[in-house]
Amino acid sequence: MNKRVVQKLLAVALGFGLATPLMAADTIKLGVAGAHSGDLASYGLPSVNAAKLVVEQINAGGGIDGKMVELLIEDDVCKPEVATNTATKLISDGVHVVLGHICSGATKAALPIYNNAGVVVMSPSATNPELTQSGDYPNFYRTIASDDAQARTEVDFALNVLGLSKIAVIHDKGDYGKGLAEFARLFLEKSGKAEVTLFEGVTPGAVDYSAVVQKIKRSGAEAVIFGGYHPEASKIITQMRKKRLDTIFISDDGVKDDTFIKVAGKYAEGVYATGPKDSSSNPLSKKAVEEHKAKFGSDPGAFYENAYSAALALLNAVDKADSTDMEAVRNALQNNDVETPVGRIRFDKIGDAMGVGFAMYQVKDGQYVEVK
Amino acid sequence: MEYFIELFFSGLTRGSIYALIALGYTMVYGIIGLINFAHGEIYMIGAFTSFVVATVLSIYGFPLLSIIVLAGLAAAVWSASYGYTIEKIAYRPLRQAPRLSALISAIGMSIFLQNYVLLAQSSDFQPFPELIPDFDFMEPYAHFVGSSDVVILFTTALAMAGLTLLIKFSRMGKAMRATAQDRTMAMLVGIDVNRVISLTFVIGSALAAIGGMLIASHIGQINFFIGFIAGIKAFTAAVLGGIGSIPGAVLGGFVLGLTESFATGYVSSDYEDVFAFSLLVLILIFKPAGLLGREEAEKV
Repeated sequence: MNKRVVQKLLAVALGFGLATPLMAADTIKLGVAGAHSGDLASYGLPSVNAAKLVVEQINAGGGIDGKMVELLIEDDVCKPEVATNTATKLISDGVHVVLGHICSGATKAALPIYNNAGVVVMSPSATNPELTQSGDYPNFYRTIASDDAQARTEVDFALNVLGLSKIAVIHDKGDYGKGLAEFARLFLEKSGKAEVTLFEGVTPGAVDYSAVVQKIKRSGAEAVIFGGYHPEASKIITQMRKKRLDTIFISDDGVKDDTFIKVAGKYAEGVYATGPKDSSSNPLSKKAVEEHKAKFGSDPGAFYENAYSAALALLNAVDKADSTDMEAVRNALQNNDVETPVGRIRFDKIGDAMGVGFAMYQVKDGQYVEVK
Repeated sequence: MEYFIELFFSGLTRGSIYALIALGYTMVYGIIGLINFAHGEIYMIGAFTSFVVATVLSIYGFPLLSIIVLAGLAAAVWSASYGYTIEKIAYRPLRQAPRLSALISAIGMSIFLQNYVLLAQSSDFQPFPELIPDFDFMEPYAHFVGSSDVVILFTTALAMAGLTLLIKFSRMGKAMRATAQDRTMAMLVGIDVNRVISLTFVIGSALAAIGGMLIASHIGQINFFIGFIAGIKAFTAAVLGGIGSIPGAVLGGFVLGLTESFATGYVSSDYEDVFAFSLLVLILIFKPAGLLGREEAEKV
């Protein structure tokens, strides 16, 4: 008789336990997945270090609501086929939130598995635009800007800050330049506010771009958005100015390079270019880097600050949500600001971090200055 | 109509740049039948020499005109000595070898010089000072043709005329033509063939150096690779116009430049090279020796 009562009580407790995992678990399990071995290990290992440092601090401060944070580290070697196993392994170990994965392909493969298990995932480095924009992965967040963020910044700046309505989009036919230009064209067309007067690729290395400059002039564009690198950009801007064309020139971080200013000289003045937001003056960023040096005796590697920020954001959300339930964590991520090394961030509905990514710079007196 | 004129001048600028480099290719080919692939590198070295000299002189505050003259002179002398040396060590020993050997030697020389400049200078683009100022009297036309465009155009015309006169009327020119016609025969009648060939390389290289200075000043930047890209286009222009013919190189340059410019203007710059090279193929199908090339009867 007694035995049965105990069993029933246990079953009830277990049932409650499943419904509210946090109450049943005595630790919060933070998974860290990514490439920890193989060719791309240098992209993944910094996030393990970042997670270790963040968890150490939180545990030293008494954990989250009295619960210690436990790390579960799993390697996916950046391969999609391995990443699905990694995800399954983490879930069977009872993971609550995951920092990872590192590569876009692996992340994409693993996400549905986490989604079915109700686990929120935050990547410090997967930049594929579809991961957030497709809407297929409601459990996905990231602390890095997506690949099209630069084009978005350029277009927003042209339309909303400069108030332009006729824009020519030029690129250098390369993967980077053309990719950016295509996103810029897409955003311009979608906005309905501006007309793309010209969309063309130029041949890199050509001796003269005056024909395409004349074409830009004829198209009546108020501004040129150029996707590509600085050697072509400096030739085009020089010839535009020499042909007495004062069309606004907006470009990307391939042009936000001091060589551009050195080469284009006085013609570089007034040129706009997007570049990664400078977080090096952020005290949290300095602190994170120093912690790494103190603990591991070396400079942190790629995506370290993004990973550090992601770990902070995830654990902060669990704290605010008082639960590891997916919906509660998502709510917390979207409705709370959190101070991180990459700045004060909060997440939008599709999972991108707001306030992370690119800023617009302008050449003033031979230097790039951030446009506020 | 105005757009047409703008595109026409753009094409002319491009064309004269190609032509200025193409003259060196065609001259060497005309005399010894060798495609001197290192010519683009000589052009690049000329640009670098004038860059160094002009930078140093402008630090000492020399007036612009004297900077142009001195930098041009230094570049011409330096490049000419390169041309002379290259011929002596890379082509002369192979003069009796099959044509292919000399061609490979030329490609090797080209790669060697590129890498030499890459290591001696840097892989970065360097800003080239604007040696050709904006002339006041050009201001009303500046929106379709710049001052440096005009200077390059006139230099090309001058070089073409000068070379044609040299080859047609001077004693040296006569020797050059004789060497081109039949090297053995020329030797037998007492022409110092080696000297003639060396001189051809010296003249061609000096011209490339002047071109290098003017074009680099027009573009505003140089690095070790500019010679290769410009060289390929210039070589195409030389073939288009009829390799071996001096006016042909200039005509070829203009045809290529104008085609590219109009293709960009009326179709799309994505297809600029497609149009340029389709035209090359078409012309070579109907005139295998190029626009002004003479079809030579096989010597028996």
